[in-house]
Amino acid sequence: MRRMLFLFIASLVAVALRDLRGAEPLRVCADPNNLPFTNAKGEGFENRIAALLARDLGSRVEYTWFAQRRGFLRNTLTAQKCDVVMGLPVDSDAAWTTKPYYRSTYVFVTRRSRNLHVRSFDDPQLRSLRVGVELVGDDGANTPPAHALSRRGIVGNVVGFSVYGDYRTNSPPSAIIAAVARGDVDIAAAWGPMAGYFAARQPVALDVVPVQPQVDGRFLPQTFSIAMATRRRDNARHQQLERFIDRRRHDIDAILAEYHVPRVDGARGADTSAPLSRPRPERER
Amino acid sequence: MGSAALLLTIAFAISGCEKAVSPAANSNSTAPSTASAEPVAGTNPSPDTSGDWVRPARDYSSTRFSPLDQINTENAKQLVVKATFSTGVLHGHEAAPIVANNTMYIVTPYPNLVYALDLSKDGAPVKWKYEPKTLAAAQGVACCDVVNRGVSYADATIFLNTLDNRTIALDADTGKEKWVSRLGDLNKGETITMAPLVVKDKVLVGNSGGEMGVRGWLTALDARNGNIAWRAYSTGPDKEVLIGPRFKPFYASDRGTDLGIHTWPADAWRIGGGAVWGWISYDPQLNLVYYGTSNPGPWNQEQRPGDNKWTAGVFARDADTGEAIWFYQMSPHDLWDYDGVNEQVLADLPLGGGTRKVMMRADRNGYLYVIDRTRGEVISADPYVAVTSTKGIDLKSGRPIENESLHPSLGQVVRNVCPAAPGGKDWQPTAYSTRTGLLYIPANNLCMDFEGVEANYIAGTPFVGANVRMYAGPGGNRGEFIAWDPVARKKAWSIKENFPVWSGVAVTASDVAFYGTMDGWFKAVNAKTGEELWKSKVGSGIVGQPVTYRGPDGKQYVAILAGVGGWSGAIVAGGLDPRDGTAALGFVNAMPDLPQATTAGGMLYIFGLP
Repeated sequence: MRRMLFLFIASLVAVALRDLRGAEPLRVCADPNNLPFTNAKGEGFENRIAALLARDLGSRVEYTWFAQRRGFLRNTLTAQKCDVVMGLPVDSDAAWTTKPYYRSTYVFVTRRSRNLHVRSFDDPQLRSLRVGVELVGDDGANTPPAHALSRRGIVGNVVGFSVYGDYRTNSPPSAIIAAVARGDVDIAAAWGPMAGYFAARQPVALDVVPVQPQVDGRFLPQTFSIAMATRRRDNARHQQLERFIDRRRHDIDAILAEYHVPRVDGARGADTSAPLSRPRPERER
Repeated sequence: MGSAALLLTIAFAISGCEKAVSPAANSNSTAPSTASAEPVAGTNPSPDTSGDWVRPARDYSSTRFSPLDQINTENAKQLVVKATFSTGVLHGHEAAPIVANNTMYIVTPYPNLVYALDLSKDGAPVKWKYEPKTLAAAQGVACCDVVNRGVSYADATIFLNTLDNRTIALDADTGKEKWVSRLGDLNKGETITMAPLVVKDKVLVGNSGGEMGVRGWLTALDARNGNIAWRAYSTGPDKEVLIGPRFKPFYASDRGTDLGIHTWPADAWRIGGGAVWGWISYDPQLNLVYYGTSNPGPWNQEQRPGDNKWTAGVFARDADTGEAIWFYQMSPHDLWDYDGVNEQVLADLPLGGGTRKVMMRADRNGYLYVIDRTRGEVISADPYVAVTSTKGIDLKSGRPIENESLHPSLGQVVRNVCPAAPGGKDWQPTAYSTRTGLLYIPANNLCMDFEGVEANYIAGTPFVGANVRMYAGPGGNRGEFIAWDPVARKKAWSIKENFPVWSGVAVTASDVAFYGTMDGWFKAVNAKTGEELWKSKVGSGIVGQPVTYRGPDGKQYVAILAGVGGWSGAIVAGGLDPRDGTAALGFVNAMPDLPQATTAGGMLYIFGLP
């Protein structure tokens, strides 16, 4: 009987302690080395949006770190190591995505001083310039610009940058942007959020413009809507995320703008007619 | 997948040891075999008396043929479980148990635990356990599944490859580390899944990760200290591919300077794939090692016009120096993920009125190649499964005859491509009996469709690819165990299996062949007729390699690691959603019923006669 009483009191104490700590932590799975999205120091825009969400819930973010590569969802969200992934294209098969919170595009990145002004895959300059492109190479699958270039026969002058890159470096996919700044390639076709962020951090001014056409041929999209994701059937969490996206739309937009994420969804700062990166004083080295 | 490997005290002691342990290897490659169904008791001039199984392929010829004969076609039905051992690991167990000096050595998938089991004691208790502390990041950064295809034993040393790119030499008696050598970098997408092969004073190891933009290589380590003796890349300049004056490929399309550069668009070779995650064979008489290279990557095919040397082909190299001697490319400019990493089985076959030194390769592309292993000439190449992706092999040029109507192009629907990406056979190795003259092929019967465009996401980067769905080929069975006559160039017999046969094969001097199925049946069949002699249900689906050995009591045993997984078993081991048919690169579509047929879990089974 005394033992029962002890257990009862102990459970009361446990409940009280939990209340003191606040709600259950917001469990998020993320790549520890993939700016501008996430890193282990919490410097990415997805880190920032997750922190905002946690604050709204009176909670805190608890991360499970895992490189966002083949098997990422299987080893993280699906394996119940977390409840939320902050970025996934809408309607991805492998998880239950929310409504999108931004839509971005592949972009051309050039040195402003070159005055190339390439806006379309049909620009004849692409046949002679040294063109950098991101490669994924998942058995025939590849980035949309890689497909767009190859179907035009633009091949011999193309330099591939594996998005996997060298994981010892910061944000491995960013190597392609540094290559434009150094002049290793004349132009790069890269995914907007990564390109916008790193283009603004190079020692020389780079222009970042959305690629055209935005849907190449009948089927090849260059723009993607990005959502958050939960496990299938996690209705409560899914609703919570969608409500957050609605409620905090302006705050989310502000964070994305701060990271120079190119937008093609009419959001604030989503002017696709002008170069997206801010002018910087020209500085060569 | 592809995709996929050591301190000996004195170098010459190793070669001495190899001769002592597996003379069968030499005999299979040097003694002309009759290749008839007649029992030829004298085939092995110096019979293997040890009864050991020291490397996954057992002998250097990769026959997986054991001279043991106690378990025969009459008594196989009496086989019973003699011992079991749980590895405690849930991923795909692809390794062969290794037996030497009354000890069995098994390696698990990641985290690559090694167990030594004492066969001289009742119940085969653990003698020692080695934990290599494989980096957990290997699972996330690694290209492929977290499998390991086995350790090798030589000169009282166990040689282990870890997923995080280390080759480790362990004292076979104590499990103590002799040396550790780091060969590659996870951060560049490299991993190692293949089993190392010890040849004389060298340990040969290759990398995995073609899909990650890795540049493939085979590396030779000094078995005494783990120092790198040489490294031969699969792409790039001749100097780095170790192509020199001794390189004499049979076909014109493989001749020229720096083809590893010029058969690619500018610089594409630098991240061109050609990983070496499969099997290596060795002919001591010719002093050549043979191995295959994986598919080209990570470019989509339109982006890499050219033959993409030296991917999806087989190299013959000098075993001491690594110099390339010849190369043959099964799938120039591979379109279908037909890695060329499958094993080469060395035999001397009666062909064209004489005996020819050949290698037999059941390739991913669906053809059974018989190749002159002295010079790389294709003698014959016949489809052993349904093939639509090509229309045959032109023996004049050695090249496949393309089926242009099936060439993949993003956004176009292409149907009925056979074999599917895992090929007529993936890594799972064949066995060959000089007694029956038959090659035993654990085969897939899978075709695939490419339709629509699927969006995916890696490292924050959305990308698109064809929506690939695999399904059973003609007949509706997804697998087949095929006995192939390489001289008559046809099937002798075959057993249809519901699931792809993703296990290796062992065959014995008593004409019993062993293999396992993904729904967990371990089977013994008559190697002459295909008659099922015995089967036993094990705890999980089998994607491992059977071995047979003589125990300390003088009796013959057969052992297998169960534990479903790998590419084919990802739906179970990875907990994938059967509703997403395109998961595991389209393999899940063909395997929705596997989770009902088996569950994950690594377990060793040892069977013997009562």
